Amino acid sequence: MKLTGAEIIIKTLIEQGVTDVFGYPGGQVINIYDALYKYSDQINHVLTAHEQGASHAADGYSRATGKVGVCIATSGPGATNLVTGIATAMLDSIPMVAITGNVPCSLIGKDSFQEIDITGITLPITKHNYFVNDVSKLADTIREAFRIARSGRPGPVLVDVPKDVQVATYEFEEKPIAEKFPLPIADDAQINEAVELLNASERPYIYIGGGAAGLGMGKEIIALAEKLDAYIGCTFMGLSAVNNDCDRFLGMQGMHGHYASSMAQKEADLILAVGVRFSDRATGKVSAYARGTKVIQLDPDFAEINKNVKVDVGIIADVADAFRRIAAGVTAHKHPEWHEKVDALRALEAASDKEVRRRAGDRLIPQVVFDIINADKPAKTIIATDVGQHQMWTAQYADFDGPRRFVSSGGLGTMGFGMGAAMGAYVATGDPTVLITGDGSFGMNLNELATAVSYNIPLVIVLMNNGVLGMVRQWQTLFFNKHYSNTVLDRKTDFVKLAEAFGAKGVRVSTPAEFKKAFDDALTAGGPVVIDTLIDKDEFVLPMLPPGGSIDDIITKVEK
Amino acid sequence: MSNKSNEFVIAIYVDNQFGVLTRVTSMFTRRGFNIDALTVGETESPEYSRITISLSGDGYAREQLINQMKKLFNVKKVEVLEDNASIKRELMLIKIYNKPENRADIHFAVDAYRAKVVDYTTDGMCIEVTGDPTKIDAFVELMKPFGIIEICRTGIVALERGTTSLLSK
Repeated sequence: MKLTGAEIIIKTLIEQGVTDVFGYPGGQVINIYDALYKYSDQINHVLTAHEQGASHAADGYSRATGKVGVCIATSGPGATNLVTGIATAMLDSIPMVAITGNVPCSLIGKDSFQEIDITGITLPITKHNYFVNDVSKLADTIREAFRIARSGRPGPVLVDVPKDVQVATYEFEEKPIAEKFPLPIADDAQINEAVELLNASERPYIYIGGGAAGLGMGKEIIALAEKLDAYIGCTFMGLSAVNNDCDRFLGMQGMHGHYASSMAQKEADLILAVGVRFSDRATGKVSAYARGTKVIQLDPDFAEINKNVKVDVGIIADVADAFRRIAAGVTAHKHPEWHEKVDALRALEAASDKEVRRRAGDRLIPQVVFDIINADKPAKTIIATDVGQHQMWTAQYADFDGPRRFVSSGGLGTMGFGMGAAMGAYVATGDPTVLITGDGSFGMNLNELATAVSYNIPLVIVLMNNGVLGMVRQWQTLFFNKHYSNTVLDRKTDFVKLAEAFGAKGVRVSTPAEFKKAFDDALTAGGPVVIDTLIDKDEFVLPMLPPGGSIDDIITKVEK
Repeated sequence: MSNKSNEFVIAIYVDNQFGVLTRVTSMFTRRGFNIDALTVGETESPEYSRITISLSGDGYAREQLINQMKKLFNVKKVEVLEDNASIKRELMLIKIYNKPENRADIHFAVDAYRAKVVDYTTDGMCIEVTGDPTKIDAFVELMKPFGIIEICRTGIVALERGTTSLLSK
């Protein structure tokens, strides 16, 4: 069957199992959009307000499902608008295929209208990328792009297709979904080494990262923790791997981690790190991290072993397989002293939490916002966030009841990620989706409200509005003598009217009772609702490790 | 450059395709590795190019660099060429002033280093030297008093000793 390049692109997407794509048309992708028109019964296209929104939507789609998210943009500015979204996916190892149009080959290199070297631009932020100048290679290139995106440690792949290649015709033959490259399998000697260390450990800590969060291994992780009498902590990207109702789960550790989780990791004599890359935000000062603690690291990416932290046993492996073999090998243990230690840490954390609540009285503080969200959100709710204080409060206080229900930009920390990502997650799953955002982040990509309204995506948007760029302000308070340089927004934006102008609902709240009512109403509103949630500008994210500091420098309270 | 104790040489086979060299060098920039010299050329197989890079770094940098290199999809083989198990050669063209009072000394040096005078005018000459990078460095030192006008070095090319082939390893 002879097809045009544009049709080959869409047919190959369909062949690779793609049912939804996000994008924005333009001069050099008109042919691709014509093919989308032709195959609209087999593939759904969501038109975003901005290409950046499309890239974040593809990313959110992938985070919520594990499937490869797909976005499409035209050449030049269309392609460059994808860049932040691609980089976000790269830093968090999210499988994505981005397809861009480019000017015809005859115009390449001539600074033609909307011509940009997008493969050059995205070289350091893609797992791999392609410039396809030959229609005969188009289908196989897209197949390989999917294969690379989803194999091993996943990541984004960009395919740039000049206009003339979209127009040219070539024989197309459907092929099966490209299989993943096989993952490395750990050898028995290393598994045994890990098992011996775990059996000898008195204070074991299972440390879950993004490489394990999406595997749906929550029950197995808890089972191993029970067998070893270990505690479980996680990185930011490891959230939602283990349900919060597990009493061995101490929550996120690191710069803004739970006190008990960070301290228990410090006190542990052994860390079993599963799909963790030891980011600087998780370790704090790396020279002081895990001193005197043995570390076992499981990761499919050989370059992650010993990259940031020198480990005792580095196992390059299919994480799930290695984890299961280790779990099968260890014997049952009891560590009452370890419990006592961790219980004491938890008591300190609980006391501090109680004190924060006591001081707040009946003010609406972040903790209370999350009490209400946790109590009232339906089962299977996905919580997406933007970036800043609200994101860290989500990481600290939100409860998750299954994997892939936390959608947030970790490595790149992309403000403006939330709207696109939340829509992508909803399109992928149809599950209740709550976006926690801030007035800073929301301001970056609130144009996507238009998309949510057009497609009737019932996002509950909890806009934690403190009138400041709170995370930077917090640093300015603590480390820059309260010089609030350019972090006081004090904008006159009326978010309720703004929501209404977009055709969404808007409501402003400032007390716990108002918030509860608004949140409950929003869940059944049947369309996007912005809850303008007024909070104090000097709420802090605590605890906090100061930048460059270690766990010994932990800040647990700030006198205002 | 070649006197640094932590210098090492790696040989890389990459797909002989448009843009692959950029992928490799971009990774160096991104990860903060500093290249001392780089050569690239065709190989015994038309599918692959061979890149030889010399750079300095400790054991950690060396391991990181090789790991990151192996992650690039167009990279087929990466190998550190250990000093005692490989032949390293470099070619240099060096242009110096040809003053009558130095002529004899220069010719002695050229003979001793098995170099070749490849261009000669009344006031200048160009000398071609091939050899181990340390030899080239020494020759440059030797020429300094005579007045160096220009230097062009190829960077290292290197092969393992014996009958092994990197591609079939």
